[in-house]
Amino acid sequence: MIRSLLVTVAAVLVLISAASAENENSYKFDNEQQRATYQQLTKELRCPKCQNQNIADSNAPLAEDMRDRSYQMLKEGRSREEIIQFMVARYGDFVHYQPPFTTVTSVLWWGPLLIVVIGIGVAVGLTRKKKAAVELTSEERERLQQLRKSGDE
Amino acid sequence: MTKFRWLILFGPLVLFAVLVVFLLKGLSSDPTELDSALINEPVPQFKARDLYETEVTYDQSVLHEGPLLLNVWATWCPTCRAEHEFLNELASRDVPIVGLNYKDDSREKAVNWLNTLGDPYIVNLFDPKGEVAFEFGVYGAPETYFIDHKGVIRYRHVGDVNERNWSNKLQGIYQQLLEEAE
Repeated sequence: MIRSLLVTVAAVLVLISAASAENENSYKFDNEQQRATYQQLTKELRCPKCQNQNIADSNAPLAEDMRDRSYQMLKEGRSREEIIQFMVARYGDFVHYQPPFTTVTSVLWWGPLLIVVIGIGVAVGLTRKKKAAVELTSEERERLQQLRKSGDE
Repeated sequence: MTKFRWLILFGPLVLFAVLVVFLLKGLSSDPTELDSALINEPVPQFKARDLYETEVTYDQSVLHEGPLLLNVWATWCPTCRAEHEFLNELASRDVPIVGLNYKDDSREKAVNWLNTLGDPYIVNLFDPKGEVAFEFGVYGAPETYFIDHKGVIRYRHVGDVNERNWSNKLQGIYQQLLEEAE
């Protein structure tokens, strides 16, 4: 009884995995390089619907459409850059995991550097201030000498 | 020297205030609402069939008679159901709306929906595979595009159009497009 149940479960699992494998391999590529480009593209293109997933990982219908479109364009002989441009023109910079360097995004690169520079500046300023010689009044100098003397004894 | 002291004392406070404003803004912004890449771009080229009459086809020129709204909808989309009544209301106020039926389950379902709930659209585009919507960068439904009299996309609203956001924001945008057209 248990044995037949196990066999059924195993059979179902095999069928499921076969079905998903078939789904993944439904795209026929002209060569290995094309397949590699496709896999790279679907990893670096971001799904606008299910944010923080690339279109290779996402099951959203939109991600499926984007995979289809990437595949079609590759088959038409378009390059990786052309496909990225095509997607960015419709879905914005959001759709690519490598945002371009613009005035807005430059903050991301220069911001941390700026903070480090300010930090160093403040640190240097503070240490310098401590080193600065302290001017003593004549009274204070006298007292200092007395203290030194008493220390010697 | 005293000036420098002021800067050291109040610099961090100012930085902190800027950070607070920035983070507070982040609290109220919705990260799922994306800016359209097509703002200030002319409507993309497309070909689409009529939802009712299969033999009638349209292209981008149906959107050149603006200012008008392009509403992306589907029967599988509950929010579209929620906004539909208000779209009827807008149509009765003479706001021209073009409907784009996006990847619907079937033509019959879509036609049936319009027959029962009312048809607020001046033109009904049928986009079963989402090809037209792809050109517009549609990533969900409902979405509403504001198109001016030159056929340029000026604004995209993601989510339902309702009495509140219409009177708060969207009506102003539409009015401006109307004024520009004069």
